[in-house]
Amino acid sequence: MNAIKFLWAAYIATWLIHGLYIGSVARRYSRLRQRMKELRK
Amino acid sequence: MSSLRSITLATLTKDIRLEWRSRDAINSMLFFSLLVVVIFSFSFDPNAEESREIAGGLIWVAFLFAAVVALNQTWARELRNQVLDAYRASPAPANALFVAKALGNFILVTLLEAVMAPLFMIFYNLRALGPAWQLIPVAILGTWALVVNGTFFAAMSLRTRSREIMLPLLLFPISIPAVQSMVEATRIILAGDGSARFWIVLLLTYDVVFTTACLALFETILQAE
Amino acid sequence: MKRAFSILAVLTALLLIYSTYQALVVAPTERTMGDVQRIFYYHVPSAWTAFCLFFVNLIASLIYLARKNLKADALAVAAAEVGVVFCTIVLITGPIWARPVWGIWWTWDLRLTLTLVLWLIYVSYLVLRRFSDSSQTPKLAAVLAVFGALDVPLVYFSIWFFRTQHPQPVIGGGGSLDPRMLHAFLINLFAFSCFGAMVCWWRYRLELLHREVEEMESLESLRGVTQ
Repeated sequence: MNAIKFLWAAYIATWLIHGLYIGSVARRYSRLRQRMKELRK
Repeated sequence: MSSLRSITLATLTKDIRLEWRSRDAINSMLFFSLLVVVIFSFSFDPNAEESREIAGGLIWVAFLFAAVVALNQTWARELRNQVLDAYRASPAPANALFVAKALGNFILVTLLEAVMAPLFMIFYNLRALGPAWQLIPVAILGTWALVVNGTFFAAMSLRTRSREIMLPLLLFPISIPAVQSMVEATRIILAGDGSARFWIVLLLTYDVVFTTACLALFETILQAE
Repeated sequence: MKRAFSILAVLTALLLIYSTYQALVVAPTERTMGDVQRIFYYHVPSAWTAFCLFFVNLIASLIYLARKNLKADALAVAAAEVGVVFCTIVLITGPIWARPVWGIWWTWDLRLTLTLVLWLIYVSYLVLRRFSDSSQTPKLAAVLAVFGALDVPLVYFSIWFFRTQHPQPVIGGGGSLDPRMLHAFLINLFAFSCFGAMVCWWRYRLELLHREVEEMESLESLRGVTQ
């Protein structure tokens, strides 16, 4: 049924957005940790 | 407090005198308002029945844009001449400055509305089917709602990049209930379609709440600037 | 601290998998709307989480205004940002649900419109934070958060009254819920709340780390100047 496409679209969109956000937080976190190590030397 | 009142009055009359002496700013704003009305008239060109339905929305959107142009120059003169630093150092209450600026803006925006409203009525053949006198409290309360928050956010925007875009960006979301009230009230009065009382009361509530908030927090952001 | 965080992260992920399973498989199919209704199990809990996070932002902002506590400010940023993420999801899943069921993408439904206005207010909050001078940002942002909070009841009433004048379709499960549906809903509510709290916590720690690095970098440059 066509309606099921909407269901999947909603669920996939949800996790796509969450994934992108968490990914960006993770990336910034590791970059800052790296910077911190450099500064501590 | 008489010192509050006298400082407010002094600041306000100073602003009016300065604006009047070089009328460039006001004149260009007036012309801008005229342009907005004309452009809207070209874009939304319905017959009399439909125009009464959407006129409420159109007028207030036009006023909103004109108000933003006026609000953006609120603190320009103070900024150019380091007046705000002097104000922060003085014992004068910050609220006096805020009230003076807000009142000055209110007068200015009301002037712009006084020019735009008749034009709208002419271009759209508007006639109020409901109690037309109610448009006056709507206009006063609605204009104050935009001006009080606009003056406050203009001060907040002073220490930001892209100051001119920051003001509408902050103002529009917060103003949504006020704009909706103005638009609905105007629509109801023009179409004679029920009572605008709820919207007028909501506008009044909005004004009371945010005037209080602005007066309470202006000192804080003045110090921040 | 890090160990605890990792464990909780894994638990939250498992909880989310379980709740999604509940939403997609265990919960019975709704009679009138069909399987599309299952979006409800994501849409409403996300809205709840977003509103909670915005509330956290308000409290943190008030604490900052009262005590100038910078950690409160860091929490305010984190809560606002994660709140906007959840809010975005509400605004996307809402129309995706509305379209097949009611044939329209948008309606001035109370919750959806309130979510939109909150989203606008908090996006403007984040823009203010990004565009303003770093020394005074916390204070300005906190004031904006207060204004936003004052606005919310006014928005609620204006939408509510507007809807009584202009009847609109209601998005989002009115009417009674089958107990299995309620069960799935509550599990998702709990799962998303935990998830929201986790991401917020992580973002908060990122903010603290960011500020620490900035401080060290400025000390470093000072040292370079004096040598």
